[in-house]
Amino acid sequence: MRIALFITCLNDTLFPRTGRAMVEVLERLGATVELPEAQTCCGQMHFNSGYARQAIPLVRRFVAAFAESETVVAPSASCVAMVRDCYPRVAELSGDAGLVRAVRELRPRVLELSELICDRLGTVDVGAFFPHRVAYHPTCHSMRMLHVGERPLRLLRAVRGLELVELQDADTCCGFGGTFALKNAEVSSAMLADKVACVLRSGAEICTAADSSCLMHIGGALSRQRTGVRTMHLAEILASTGLESAG
Amino acid sequence: MSDARAQILSRIREGLADVPAGERPEDVPVPRDYRREGHADSARLTSELLERLAEYGAVARVVAARELAQAIAGFCDLHGLRRLAAPPALVRRLHVDGVHLVADEGLSIAEIDTIGAAITGCSVAIAQTGTVVLDGSELCGRRALSLVVDHHLCLLGSDQVVELVPEAFDRLAGAIESRRPITMISGPSATSDIELRRVQGLHGPRKLAVFVLEGA
Amino acid sequence: MSGPDGEPFGGAWLGESPGHGPLTADGDFRERASAALSDSQLRHNLAFATRAIRVKRAAAVGELPDWEQLREAGRAIKERTLRHLDRHLIALEESVVRAGGVVHWARDGQEANRTIQELVAAAGASEVIKAKSLTTEEIALNEALAHLGVRAWETDLAQLIVQLGQDTPSHILVPAIHRNRAEIRSLLMRTLDSVPADLSDDPAELVEVVRTNLRERLLSTSVGISGVNFAVAETGTVVLVESEGNARMCTTLPDVLISVMGIEKVIPTRQDLEVYLQLLPRSSTAERMNPYTSLWSGVSDGDGPREFHLVLLDNGRTSALADQIGRQALSCIRCSACLNVCPVYERTGGHAYGSVYPGPIGAVLTPMLAGLDAAGSLPYASSLCGACYEVCPVKIDIPKLLVHLRAAEVEHRPAQRPLRHAAGRQAMKAVAFMLARRRLYELAQRLARLAQRPLARGGRIRRLPGPLAGWTATRDLQELPQETFREWWRRREAP
Repeated sequence: MRIALFITCLNDTLFPRTGRAMVEVLERLGATVELPEAQTCCGQMHFNSGYARQAIPLVRRFVAAFAESETVVAPSASCVAMVRDCYPRVAELSGDAGLVRAVRELRPRVLELSELICDRLGTVDVGAFFPHRVAYHPTCHSMRMLHVGERPLRLLRAVRGLELVELQDADTCCGFGGTFALKNAEVSSAMLADKVACVLRSGAEICTAADSSCLMHIGGALSRQRTGVRTMHLAEILASTGLESAG
Repeated sequence: MSDARAQILSRIREGLADVPAGERPEDVPVPRDYRREGHADSARLTSELLERLAEYGAVARVVAARELAQAIAGFCDLHGLRRLAAPPALVRRLHVDGVHLVADEGLSIAEIDTIGAAITGCSVAIAQTGTVVLDGSELCGRRALSLVVDHHLCLLGSDQVVELVPEAFDRLAGAIESRRPITMISGPSATSDIELRRVQGLHGPRKLAVFVLEGA
Repeated sequence: MSGPDGEPFGGAWLGESPGHGPLTADGDFRERASAALSDSQLRHNLAFATRAIRVKRAAAVGELPDWEQLREAGRAIKERTLRHLDRHLIALEESVVRAGGVVHWARDGQEANRTIQELVAAAGASEVIKAKSLTTEEIALNEALAHLGVRAWETDLAQLIVQLGQDTPSHILVPAIHRNRAEIRSLLMRTLDSVPADLSDDPAELVEVVRTNLRERLLSTSVGISGVNFAVAETGTVVLVESEGNARMCTTLPDVLISVMGIEKVIPTRQDLEVYLQLLPRSSTAERMNPYTSLWSGVSDGDGPREFHLVLLDNGRTSALADQIGRQALSCIRCSACLNVCPVYERTGGHAYGSVYPGPIGAVLTPMLAGLDAAGSLPYASSLCGACYEVCPVKIDIPKLLVHLRAAEVEHRPAQRPLRHAAGRQAMKAVAFMLARRRLYELAQRLARLAQRPLARGGRIRRLPGPLAGWTATRDLQELPQETFREWWRRREAP
């Protein structure tokens, strides 16, 4: 099975290890991974911040980059939600009927990682080994827009050695919200403080999620407060086999 | 005044320019897949109603029809009530030893307040929500009667209980179309405005009692 | 996206009615929120209260197997109503008049207040009793009556507390949620007559004091003023939902009743009430049914007021209606479920929004009614988490509306923006330019990696410059890795 990877601008630049983990997992599951290099950014930040028109060229680029891809996967529920839920709106704004059509055809082929593994590849056990205590933070986009439900948890429960601990108030937003983290930094930090408190209370060594954006935000505070708790993307945990060298 | 009306309507129409000219309200689909018909098990309906009313702090019980006068007398005795204001139609049908039923024939608000207790019938009751509904009909009486008093005793037959809100509105169709005022009562008055603690007894009757009659 | 004249966002509300009032407090959300965040009493009260209501609401809603079907019906009925609002309002007017009521139309708050002032003067009243009505707060009715020397007595407990404290409400449903019992006790002792000196702060005792104090007034005032939850076009039935009994008193005991409603409150048929009277109680007070719901039509002989006046208020609603996307915000039934699940509202409270409509729905309604000039910061007061949309009983897609309003704010108010914000806009446009071009994007990645060198210590960036400083105020940022993913990929794929 050929799978095109949308690495996302955030992971590409800041968290390439998430991408490497994605490739590892997908190849282990027998897929051939492709990286259409024309890709850059899905346009979510601009669209959500009110720069809808500026997102139009980004939508065009994405659609063109993946036009020939049968299946597209991204390690980001928020980017996938942007494509599936918001691209039609941006295409409508462009007034370009061709783009509207292209978006309509591409949307159902774009999946978040846990959707791909559970639904398309039909499995939950990816052969992972990760002997650590892990708390799972369900991101707002994965939970409320993509409705991934229990998929990430099913994947985590199938990881050998992994102890999944309960996260209190898991459904509450971590406070990232894109440019919200800067525009309303104080409120964002107040929400983050409560999320960090719940992570610490869970006794987890690692906090994981399906979105690097939330993890960057939560991890940023966990680091600032020298809590000793770190964040890892779901893909990284699924890629672990215990045979990796340190660092 | 009519300028305002004309302008508002005109603005509305301009704002709705995207709505096709031929579209009628009925053309906008409204799916009514919610429950419109409940169960009809009378005993179960009555017990649900009483349970829900009790949760609100109302006194709610089943009374055999032939024991009604006694039950009313007992209630009044318990609360030190000698008089009950009532709709004239109800006064004609009831006699309670030791309790003076005062017909509401133009009683003033102050008089109702002084009497302090009222007994009325009921139009329909909703088991799921613990609600009794008065509809201004002759057995329910006017609104002030069951509002100004501190004790409100409400009588209904077990055949007046439905399970769901839509069923109650079906039964109220006539009253609504006749433009009679309707009051839906679910427990004595309450507020949760102070630290969200529910406290009874603000401005409506602090004691609500509901008697469901069986074997009428 | 277009209004009738081709203008995106239905032009009119973009800045037509700026200025300060109940919808437009001074300052912006961020400033007001900053103050609220440090108010530990407020934070504590809000966290406790909103959590409690959330849990209760979930239980109340969870009882109904057909909740989602009710929501869909609730949404659809409002859509049907709004798409034909003129027809429904005309039908409502006819029905109310036929039932013996009088209908008044008001284009804005001032016109509504003038109308009400005239009605009160005609009744010769110097006092009126009021049941809580957000709409009357929106138009600052009490102040307008005060100008005439007419005292408007709030009779809802929380509204009374707010009024006595010369405060403003901080929550749609529980307006005094920012006050605890000790504060309420001392407020009552200061402002009411004949309060026992040994009054404790037990809620039951506080309630008793208010009851006694208000009762005489409730039983003897000749003019009552209320809001409206729903008004049925088919039958002219006006519906009012409450807990305490004061609304029943205000609408039954006086000689003259004036009810004020936003034009969006009309619903087509009496059958539609069966939907909303299930959605509203469970969503707002998390009860199966609220204690009292009153339904009346015009006037009834020998039962209730002899005069009934219905004031239909526009005040920006027709502008909101013209916005095809924004219009769904007018479906709001004022349940406040969105406030109670909003993580932003929970931490900032209602005053931070500077409007009588706070929280998620307030963040969209306020700018639509009062204009972006006055309320432009509100659409940004959200992380777009979507919890509000999940609980909205009429399925208003609040996150979508927030993004829609942000786009309006960005595109249509460049003239108003101060320099700093103009720079922000240029930056966003430059970033978009870069992201749309692969080679520029890859160049930017390399430049960022270079630029961070002086800022990174031990794998972490502790302080970012300029507009990014807000991030590092409370968070570290990990150092940019030496190789981007695509660089790694190219290396891997190289022969």
